[in-house]
Amino acid sequence: MSLADSDRELVVEELEREPTPAEAALFENLWSEHCAYRSSRPLLSAFDSEGEQVVIGPGDDAAVVALPGSEDGGDEEGSTYITMGIESHNHPSYVDPFDGAATGVGGIVRDTLSMGAYPIALADSLYFGEFDDEHSKYLFEGVVEGISHYGNCIGVPTVAGSVDFHPDYEGNPLVNVACVGLTNEERLVTAVAQEPGNKLVLVGNGTGRDGLGGASFASEDLAEDAETEDRPAVQVGDPYAEKLLIEANEQLVDEGLIESARDLGAAGLGGASSELVAKGGLGAHIELERVHQREPSMNALEILLAESQERMCYEVEPENVDRVAEIAERFDLGCSVIGEVTEQNYTCTFEGETVVDVDAYFLGEGAPMNDLESEEPAQPETDLPDADLENAFETVVSSPNTASKRWVYRQYDHEVGVRTSVGPGDDAAIIAIREAEQGLAISSGAAPNWTTVAPYEGAKAIALENATNVAAKGATPLAAVDCLNGGNPEKPDVYGGFKGIVDGLADMCETLSAPVVGGNVSLYNDSVTGPIPPTPTLAMVGTKAGYDAPPLSVAPDSDSALLLVGDLGLESGEARLGGSEYLARHGGSDVFPELPADPAAVVETLADVATDDTTLAVHDVSHGGLAVSLAEMVTENAGLDVSLPVADDADDEAVAAALFHEQPGRALIQTDAPDAVSAAFDGVAPVVELGSATGDGTLALTVGNRTIVTDAGEIRAHRATIERELE
Amino acid sequence: MTVSIIRFGGSNCDRDAERALAHLGIDAEIVWHEDGLPAETSGIVLPGGFSYGDYLRAGAMAARSPIMNEVREAAADGTPVLGVCNGAQVGCESGLTEGAFTTNESARFQCEHVYLRIERDDTPWTAAYEEGDVIEVPIAHGEGRYEVDDDRLAELEDEGRVLFRYCDEDGETGPDANPNGSKHNVAGVLGEREHVAVLMPHPERATLPDVGGTDGQGILRGFETAATGAE
Repeated sequence: MSLADSDRELVVEELEREPTPAEAALFENLWSEHCAYRSSRPLLSAFDSEGEQVVIGPGDDAAVVALPGSEDGGDEEGSTYITMGIESHNHPSYVDPFDGAATGVGGIVRDTLSMGAYPIALADSLYFGEFDDEHSKYLFEGVVEGISHYGNCIGVPTVAGSVDFHPDYEGNPLVNVACVGLTNEERLVTAVAQEPGNKLVLVGNGTGRDGLGGASFASEDLAEDAETEDRPAVQVGDPYAEKLLIEANEQLVDEGLIESARDLGAAGLGGASSELVAKGGLGAHIELERVHQREPSMNALEILLAESQERMCYEVEPENVDRVAEIAERFDLGCSVIGEVTEQNYTCTFEGETVVDVDAYFLGEGAPMNDLESEEPAQPETDLPDADLENAFETVVSSPNTASKRWVYRQYDHEVGVRTSVGPGDDAAIIAIREAEQGLAISSGAAPNWTTVAPYEGAKAIALENATNVAAKGATPLAAVDCLNGGNPEKPDVYGGFKGIVDGLADMCETLSAPVVGGNVSLYNDSVTGPIPPTPTLAMVGTKAGYDAPPLSVAPDSDSALLLVGDLGLESGEARLGGSEYLARHGGSDVFPELPADPAAVVETLADVATDDTTLAVHDVSHGGLAVSLAEMVTENAGLDVSLPVADDADDEAVAAALFHEQPGRALIQTDAPDAVSAAFDGVAPVVELGSATGDGTLALTVGNRTIVTDAGEIRAHRATIERELE
Repeated sequence: MTVSIIRFGGSNCDRDAERALAHLGIDAEIVWHEDGLPAETSGIVLPGGFSYGDYLRAGAMAARSPIMNEVREAAADGTPVLGVCNGAQVGCESGLTEGAFTTNESARFQCEHVYLRIERDDTPWTAAYEEGDVIEVPIAHGEGRYEVDDDRLAELEDEGRVLFRYCDEDGETGPDANPNGSKHNVAGVLGEREHVAVLMPHPERATLPDVGGTDGQGILRGFETAATGAE
């Protein structure tokens, strides 16, 4: 790939000359889809990123959000802030799953460091082709191992995430990694260059020839031979260097030595340094030969664009440069003073010759936007399969999509940092923010089946589903970041689906007052097997007082009641199976379920009820429907005896729909005070009592005139699909 | 009294140990390995993490860093030393304890809660428990399988140097209760003297009441017990 002719014309017009090879390469990378969001930016204005809690919204390395009420802490460092960022590492993870996924973690962690924050939690949402496909399994194992290797080594706990399998990811898996960091008013750093005359200091690994042209590689479809052809465009991570960088960065922030910072990611030094100064409305002069290198004879273009990992670019006041170098040396990190901030153009010289001389703002922001055609997706027909209820229960509960992900999260250190009060495998994780005496709930995921059937409604549902997860732990949504993954936007139907997920996510997040404060877009996820499902990963955080939460598992307390709240399909008798795991496993199609009229009230009420002392257990109902959620609540010591309110003469289709439909915004609540819960949800969501807990680990489930009886041991065996295959 | 928590490049449980000790009212500070052992050191933690990125072999590089000479000298003089996870690997690599912690039977990293049986209660690290007690403490390691030759293990067992074994909830040490394939379910061992101990599980992750259990508190209290001369 090289700079497109139409782009070259614009560049020539601006520069009034032909670009140098280094300039052409810079424009090619920084004006790529990956860096410039040419096809997505016109859509992204749909997002509401404002809110009184938002300190820094989209556009910096990571977003910054104030924890509510933390300014009253009396701490001299001011309000407690969290940072949120999310990044995709999709194409690299296909070519080299271990290194591709590992460096994805590294990149988002450095985005956190740039803000003067310490990384405290990771969440990974992963998407692969069908689990029984050998190559998908290979990618899955490699990606999980890569995340495990890198995340564990740097000591950042991986506390949440999701794994989905869908045939349309076969040629193009997705790896979306979110990171939450902790900082405060006093320590906050941004990527906005401050003052001409300040030095630009590069700290971290030596620069080599790795990852050349990664940004433009990420902006093309994956070719059939991508695994062999594109390996040089994948970077190799060194988590030991990253850990040293985390600690060095922390000390630099402690000592107040950083004026602004940007991590080196896509388009390497050229990208980071030009974006930094462009944001400050300034320029820079960089002498490329000053960059510390680990390979001999690198040329200007290579130094400028290599995507060698574990490097940060800092703006430092001249009198502080020596101290920065000392700290870098203490942590065995390379450090070079590569140039300074100016009021002129962004210029780079190499051995005395000027190789780049352009306006930084034009380089960063001058890429023209694409105006692409889109096609509205069609509504699916209703065509339901015949399936035996008991077999279907087993099939859906043991599907890799709904099965236990313990095999995955057992490989992640999810407790390092001693903040994890609720870890992976629950509706949402909770991280103890002792600095503000608040629990931070984290939920991350998307649902490819949902957005395949209905991009817009499915994306709304994904936002609601993440919010319901957070509320099930008693937390109120605070903010979210999104990772929007799509296929080739030049295909109108693909672009139409992508537009749908953007609008759906934006509309529901606005309704829930959860501003979308940042994100990432990854397009061209297309391969010989076709485009991926439009996939809007959302990582949402919420806050609550204290760090504890009701468990997901039911308590063996037969005096309590198990309530189902929010099920519109059961109430109307017209549950819809569109997007369900049931249809994914049995074939057939249906429209997507109707969503609650006032989802914000559902979420708010659920968060309230979850924190009540009379609440014994709460579990969100979503993937796999009630069948899966009920099964997940049963343990060896506690069972459930429940009945769904379906008419005795209901046909098979109605029974299946009641048990397997996936409308989000529902929860199962075990409570000692069912009347109080019903009163709380009055006018907000329907509440039905399904039955009660038992003391023996049996699940007895009646739907209409059908009854399924199973127990915790059988359920555990069904749910062990992934570990049984991979251990 | 100040417990020195030795931070190598790549240590990542140093802050956690500091927080856990502080919760117990035990004064502790993190010491960068190049700065040497402070004179007032009354106890030493070799924390978990990936010192030197586990390059070469887990714990091997840190074990050969200059500060470990000081740690060995302090241990010889009676300063209590506790190695946790990567610190246990460093302890074995540096000769403070015998045997080695090597790649898990699963060949994968494992982060999960396990049960440990207290094998003796007359050491500073286990004085808070009774022999045979079962405690719940998390593990998080890829290389935690204890390995030593059979004859030497028999001798170590005779000498009472096995301090913790993996077990089930009821204290049974069968193969099902062995998370990583450790020989004889060994999770932690003593050095030549009782004030030096290493273990793969993380007591500092089972100390703070707001993030789970507190079963590991007794192990960290070993620094107090050792100081008050219970040995």
